[in-house]
This record gives sequence, C-alpha cells and structure tokens, in this order.
Amino acid sequence: MLLRMSGISKSFPGVRALDDVSFEVSEASIHAFLGENGAGKSTLLKILSGAQAPNAGTIEFAGQHVSFASPQAAQAAGIATIYQEFTLAPDMTVAENIFIGREPGSRLFVNFGKLEEQTRALCARVGLDRSPRALVRDLSVAEQQMVEIARALSMKSRLIIMDEPTSALSRAEVDKLFSIIRGLKREGVSIIFVTHRLEEVFELCDSYTVLRDGRNAGQGKVSETSVDAIIRLMVGRDVGLLERRAQSFSTPEVAMEVRGLSRMRKSTDASAIELHDVSFRLHKGEILGIAGLVGAGRTEMARAIFGADGFDKGQVIVDGRPVVIASPRDAIAEGIGLVPEDRKQQALFLSLAIRTNMSIASLDQISSASGFLSSAKESALVEQYRKLLNIRMASGDQLVGNLSGGNQQKVVLARWLALRPRVLIVDEPTRGIDVGAKVEVHNLLIEMARSGIAIIVISSELPEVLSLADRILTMREGHVTGEVTRAEATPEKLMTLMTIGSQRAA
Amino acid sequence: MGPGMTDSVAAKAERDFDAFSFLARFAPLIFLLLLMAVFAVLEPRFLSSVNLFNVMRQVSITGLLAIGMTFVILTAGIDLSVGSLLAFAGLVAAAVAKGGMQDRFTVGDDTIGYGWPLAALAAIAVGLLGGLLQGVAITRLKVPAFVVTLGGMSVFRGAALLFAAGGPISGFEPSFTWWGQGKIFAVPVPVIIFLVAAVIAHIVLSYTRYGRRVYAVGGNPEAARLAGLNVSAIIASVYIIMGFFSGLGAFVLAARLNSAEAVAGTGYELTVIASVVIGGTSLFGGTGSIFGTVVGSLLIGVLLNGLVLMNVNSYIQQIIIGIIIVLAVAFDTFAKSRRRKN
Repeated sequence: MLLRMSGISKSFPGVRALDDVSFEVSEASIHAFLGENGAGKSTLLKILSGAQAPNAGTIEFAGQHVSFASPQAAQAAGIATIYQEFTLAPDMTVAENIFIGREPGSRLFVNFGKLEEQTRALCARVGLDRSPRALVRDLSVAEQQMVEIARALSMKSRLIIMDEPTSALSRAEVDKLFSIIRGLKREGVSIIFVTHRLEEVFELCDSYTVLRDGRNAGQGKVSETSVDAIIRLMVGRDVGLLERRAQSFSTPEVAMEVRGLSRMRKSTDASAIELHDVSFRLHKGEILGIAGLVGAGRTEMARAIFGADGFDKGQVIVDGRPVVIASPRDAIAEGIGLVPEDRKQQALFLSLAIRTNMSIASLDQISSASGFLSSAKESALVEQYRKLLNIRMASGDQLVGNLSGGNQQKVVLARWLALRPRVLIVDEPTRGIDVGAKVEVHNLLIEMARSGIAIIVISSELPEVLSLADRILTMREGHVTGEVTRAEATPEKLMTLMTIGSQRAA
Repeated sequence: MGPGMTDSVAAKAERDFDAFSFLARFAPLIFLLLLMAVFAVLEPRFLSSVNLFNVMRQVSITGLLAIGMTFVILTAGIDLSVGSLLAFAGLVAAAVAKGGMQDRFTVGDDTIGYGWPLAALAAIAVGLLGGLLQGVAITRLKVPAFVVTLGGMSVFRGAALLFAAGGPISGFEPSFTWWGQGKIFAVPVPVIIFLVAAVIAHIVLSYTRYGRRVYAVGGNPEAARLAGLNVSAIIASVYIIMGFFSGLGAFVLAARLNSAEAVAGTGYELTVIASVVIGGTSLFGGTGSIFGTVVGSLLIGVLLNGLVLMNVNSYIQQIIIGIIIVLAVAFDTFAKSRRRKN
C-alpha cells in the first residue's frame, strides 16, 4: 500500500465530519473516491493534503508514519492536490507557474534556460503542446489542468489528488486527460480521483472508496462492483429521520413557467457552470424539489430566474405573462423571492439589527410616501414574524450576527414573507442548521405552500428533498435529467438520475 | 415555547452586553471628555467660553464635510476630492458674488455682483455636479472610489487654480460674510449650520428608507442587491451628498475668510476622514453614526486647539493626526475581528 489512513476522525463545532474512517490507495493505481455532498470527502482530502489536522487517526505513506503540518509538508513528502479551482497565476508563463517558488538557479537569479528545458520535458509527459513562455491566461481550461498536473509531477509526487478534474472538460478533453492519467499510472504514480460521474469510475479507476455521513460505506475493486451497488452505498438504506409529509397543497394553476433557460460559459470564466435548455412548470401551492450534486447547475438556475446572474436564452412566465427579469429588483416586482444558499455572504447584513434584516426588502410598506420609516409599523412587522416563525431573539435591535443559524434563516424567510411572494426559491434552506430548527424550517415551508406560495426547494440532502417535495426535478451538468413524482421517488432513483442521467433511469 | 424560553433569551441578551462593546461604542465620547479634562488642567484658558466657541467654529467647516463623508464611508466608499472640490466651489461662489472676475479686489461695492443667495447656490451646484460626476464614474465605469476621487482631487484643484488665475477673490458684502463671521446669541453662525446639518443628516440616516438602504449597501452589497435594492443608485447618491456638503462648506469658508482662493481646503481630506473614522464609522462600511462623526470632529478640533494653546509645533500636530487615524482604524479592525469571533 502506498497510502494507508486509519481511524481518522474529525469534528467541527457541532458537526462530526469524519468518524473512524479508513482509506487505502495501492501503488500505481487509480482510486475513485465517492460520496454524496457533505459525506466527508473534502475533509478527508484536506487532512491528507495537510490543510487540516485530524482529531484522531494515523496516516502511513510509502511505508512511513507521517503527519503533515501544512500543504507544503504534504507536497514535500510526495502528495500533490489539484483543486477544482485552479491555483495558477494567469499572468505568468507556463514555466513560471510550474516552478513557482522552486525555480532552478542560484539563490538570487533564476536560470531561465534550465527552467524552460525542464518545463519542456514536463509538458511532453502530460501532452501539453505549448511553449514554456506562453501565458497561462491564453490557455484553455484543459491546458491549464495539464499545467497543474505538470506542476504536481515537477514536485516528484507519488500520489496526485484530483478533485473533479473532468467537470469543466469536453468529452474529447476528458479522453485526453484519461490517457494522461493512465500514463502516470504506468510511471508508478497513484491518483485519487474524485468525481460525481459514476460512468468515469468504471471507465478509468481500479478501486474505490465510498463515504457516507462521515463514515466508510464501502470499498473494493471496481471490477467487482456495479453502478447500482455504488449508488446504494452512496445513499444508504435509510432515507433519514424525516418523514414524508402526508398532504399536498399543489393546485393545477401554474404560478411560474421556465422555458428553455440556457447559459453558456464565457471564455473569461472557464469554471462557470452552464445551463442547457432548462424547462419546467411550477404550480401554486406546490413544493418542487431540485436534486443534483454540486456543480449540477441548481443554484445557477435559481440565480438566473431571480435575475441575480444573466442568462443567454430562455423565458420566464409568471401567471401566464412572459416577464423580463434583468435584476433581482425585477424578480421581486414579479413576486419572485430567493433565499440564497450562502446565508452570511448573500442574505444577511451581519453588522445590522434584526429589524433591518427583516424589513430591508419591504421598506415601502413601513414608511410614509415621503420616505420616513414608521418605527411602530416596523416593530409590528418584526413582532408578527417573530411570533409566526418562532424566532428566538431578545429584540429587533439585536444584531442578526448574534443569532443561531436556524434563527438567522428564519429572519431571511421573514424578509421574503413580508413581501407576500408568489414564488419563493429556497437554496439549501437548512444548511448549517441544527436538527430541531431544520424541522421547524421544513414546517414553515409547508405552511407557505398551504397558503398558496409556489416553492422551489434546492437541496443537496436527498432526505430533505424527499420529505418536502410534491415533485422532484433532477439536474446534472446544467441539464434537467428527470422528473419524479413524490410517489415514485426513491433515493436510488434520484441518485441514478443525478449521477448517470436519464438513459439508465427510465 | 414555554416561559422558560423568554428567560434564557433575556439572559443571552444580557451576555451580549459586554463591557468591551459598550466601551467600543462610547470610546470616542469618553476619549473626547478625557482630552478636554487633560487640557483644562494643563491650560486654564482652554475652558473659557471664547475658546470653546473658537474650537467649534474651527471644526464647523471640516465637520460639515465629515457629515457628507459619513454617508460615503457607510457604503464602504471614500472621497479624497473634498478639499479640492471645496476650493473650486468656493471660487465659483466668490465670482458669482462679485459678478465676475474683473472686480475681484473691489471691497464693499454692493452695486456689483449677485448677493449671497445666488453665490451659495452656485457653490452648492458646483459641489453637487462634482459629486454626481464622481458617483457616475464609480458606478458606471466601475472604477474604485479611491481612484476616481484621487483623480477628482487633482481635477478640481487644477480647475480651481485655472479659474482663480493665480489670485484670491476677496472682499464680500456683510450679508455674505455674516454666514462665516456672524453670531446668533453669541453662537457663531458656522457652528449653527454645522449642528443643524448634523441633526438633519442624523434624521435621514436613522429614520428614513434611504438611510436604512445606505447602511444595508455598506453592510453587504451583494445581499442588498439580492434584496432588490438599487445598489448603484445608492452608491452614486452618497457622492452627490458629499458634493453638496463640499459646496456648502465652500460657501461658509469663503464667508468666514472673506476670501476664496485656489489652495483652500488643502489636506482637508485627511482631517475629514479622520473625524469620521475616529467617530467610530467603519471604513469597511455598514456601521457608524452622525453622532460619532460630530464627536470625532470635536475631538480633532479640541486636540489641535489644545496643542496650539500649549505651543506645540504645528508640524507635530500633523504627525499626531496621522498617527491617530491609523490607530482608530486599527481599533476598528480589532473590534470587527472580535465581533466575528463572538
């Protein structure tokens, strides 16, 4: 074994991210590392690459016990990581990027001849047909990835971690990447390959490890398993604590329709996620679940509908009228609200009082025509939603930053409820919220649906989608890959649609 | 939830009230009172009513600018052009008052010129226009405020020098100079203008829709956009407000000095930004108040006045102001990181 991690545990405040996990990679092999969002993959890889320290457990690498204090230490030992977001400097050359901080030459001067010579050799190994003097800015995404791989090789790495290396590549580029990876394997380098595309596992990898909820769910040889078996390992047998709700409030009346929503990647933003012809109808009183893995385009779709980001093609129809939405202001005027996934960065004003956080979108309701706020009306609004949503707070003047995650999310929900929306899109409504508050937020969403609001729930947690939604759309790589009613939905079926696409799920 | 819930909430609120955040909030005021006490002991002349009004009159011009700057800094912006814009607006006002440039040194001839109302309007119009141009450049051209107003600082100073053609414009009618030199019940008129402006600005920031939105844009521009606010319009507006106060300050300064000149207001940006920051308004945006800015302005005024009374070299005063501004921001950064940890 080249790598043997055993008994690894890691806790963050309030969360047990890894619980007694073991992970092994043999010499000169390609190892698939799989699991749902939040299963603990990133945490384990951060520990392996020296970015975080485990609370317990041992790491054995190339026959020696190791513990990496920093990413530099892991690199020096021969473990390199290629992140999804590249870490290249766009205005420097290929050669400079590969040898950044380790340039050949004396203490003061770089030996540029040697630099280019070594770069050329590395480029040949990874099949990059570019001058060492080319600027990284001018390279395609696939070529930039080759530079990253060349950098890993230049550090004499014996183990290279690749975090979703294929997510931004075309089919032809993926084929080329795979042949490079197979070449590395022949040279004796091992690869940890993280992907959401299960078919790639069977095309490329020798062995696999599946994590679920921070624990080992299974591992073995790829040749001895099947896609269905791996999906079962990823979702587990139990759907979770949450029960499916009994009633549906969905009506035949269409509140919003999205037709052919598309967005292409711009050359300036190579890792942007595309949307391809996304279409669906949303009914009054319905909760529509959107399931998909990270990078499936769920958030991008929500932001495009809400006017937070632009889109190239497509139409949004609200109450039977096509509407033009160029900004969040337009969306709000049409009765569409968005509770974004990143509460602290995108929704809350942490340095401001709860009252401002609640009333900021509906100030017109609580002020006179001349623009003066009515403190009485604002307090009434705060009090109304404090009671309705059972927000635990001392007073409206308290800073919102001092509330718990669950209560902060309720404040954001109150902001939108005060606007009486027709359509409310909630992106990861219970991320970072404890279990009790989670149930409360779910009940609130159900109550909103009962009152006739059409709701879209985006969630990475399958149990959440299964327990809340009347109907579920699955997305993968910017496409809608399936539509499943509540009665037909099972975790396995959704996971298949999320990872493989529609051809197999039918 | 049972009654026990409200108890624990109350307990939590009490814990939120810790000594540090109390001190952080009132630190500028406490520091001002301490400083006054120290000067009162060291130099008895300091506490005379003549001297105190003197301090306030000296503070009133930069104080007016600091009120506008509070709006700007609340949105996490900055305006370095205030001193230059003030000089240019002052010259335009003076030229209007004198009916042109040819009679610039004629004193006390009220048959020429257009009187103070038109002069004041001219100064304010120049200020508004300057602010509008910079606000549009910041929001439409997406150039950082620091760069736009650094450019504005040079542009307006150049315009002032060009306009003045090398000399001051002085000698206004008494009705003009009253705005800078007059008194109402022993209180200097500039002080009254400053305090009235502060009260109005406080009302706007605390009790209007607009004020709320300024805080929101400064607190988290992305969240403000996603809550449906017109972030660009709000950002542009604070530079226009800043321009208004630059114009008003220009008029009052010209009235006080009975003269307008192209080098007026040199270095004001430092004093003005220092007043706002020392008053507790965060350069990161979203937190601060007009009350704090008034205290900050007085603090700088008292400090300078006290140093003058104690015959401290004026170059040393500059050094002290510079150090204080860095310390005030360091304190703000520290308070912010402390909040985040909590």
